[in-house]
Amino acid sequence: MAKRSAPEVNAGSMADIAFLLLIFFLVTTTIEVDTGLNRKLPPIDDEQVEPPVIKEKNIFTVYINKFNQLLVEDEIMELEDLRKSAVAFLDNGGGSGVDACTYCKGKRDPKSSDNPDKAIISLKNDRETKYATYISVQNELVAAYNQLRDRRAMELYGKSLLELEANYNDVNWIGNKDNLKEKIEKIKIEYPQKLSEVQ
Amino acid sequence: MAKFNKKKSGDLPAINTASLPDIVFMLLFFFMVATTMRETTLVVKNKLPFADQVEKLDKKDLIMYIYIGEPTEALQSKFGKESRIQLNDKFADLSDIRAFVASERASKREELVPFLTVALKVDENANMGLVGDVKQELRKENALKINYTTKKGDVSENRKK
Repeated sequence: MAKRSAPEVNAGSMADIAFLLLIFFLVTTTIEVDTGLNRKLPPIDDEQVEPPVIKEKNIFTVYINKFNQLLVEDEIMELEDLRKSAVAFLDNGGGSGVDACTYCKGKRDPKSSDNPDKAIISLKNDRETKYATYISVQNELVAAYNQLRDRRAMELYGKSLLELEANYNDVNWIGNKDNLKEKIEKIKIEYPQKLSEVQ
Repeated sequence: MAKFNKKKSGDLPAINTASLPDIVFMLLFFFMVATTMRETTLVVKNKLPFADQVEKLDKKDLIMYIYIGEPTEALQSKFGKESRIQLNDKFADLSDIRAFVASERASKREELVPFLTVALKVDENANMGLVGDVKQELRKENALKINYTTKKGDVSENRKK
């Protein structure tokens, strides 16, 4: 009996089937956005605690009105300048004695903030403010903090904070993680994010 | 001379398309892997604003989403143009938020509850009033970890109309 070879299967339409599936996935796909600004809300405390007295000079007020204009320290400001003036305020280091700031590089203006630990940014918005503007302002303020923290990290460890954190989260990183965590914490303590929102 | 023009069949050889399915399958697998199917159908417009100081959200299962925006065009005749909140697949009121947070918490294992994050997916044209109210509700429910979901980009893009 002669050996019969199996007939070849026609694979010509395979591409068509695959294309069909491909197009289905292309159409149904929405690549989900999973990035954002992390923030923490303040807890509601029912106890009537006397609010601590904060000096006027240690507060940096930002107000966004319903026309999406910025009022920073009672002066109208453009969004582009916000980051710079927030950095100048946080890094001022005008305090003396116990409040002195050894690592600040600001003008040391006694009329502005004492040190980054005391400096508070107060953000207020109108009910009719557009969300996009609010996010822009939040972003600029977070950027100001990040800029200062990065500068400090570069000074102390020769690496940006982002690199340190990337190393910390990298499972393959060789080195002392506890040590690294301490370093990160130290920078976060030196430039704490004190951003308060007025209700 | 007959030696040299042996191949004189004039028609072009057919291009071999046997590897075409392979290429297409490769694309297909890429999309299948990169895709996360949307779990909820949006009933509000959701054009997110831009920011560049963003952090990535990991642990997808520990996030609850709150959408805020104008109803989509198809629903505007019924619900109007005022910004609204969407929880799961439906429109919701402010008063529903606390129940929503509580039910999300109940559906997670107890030790994971402190890590739950609320992702606020707010349309860039929404008013801060509503967002502020939502934040106040979240504070009441003690859901303090929030994330303003944004696209990565320069903030100057937020001002373009």
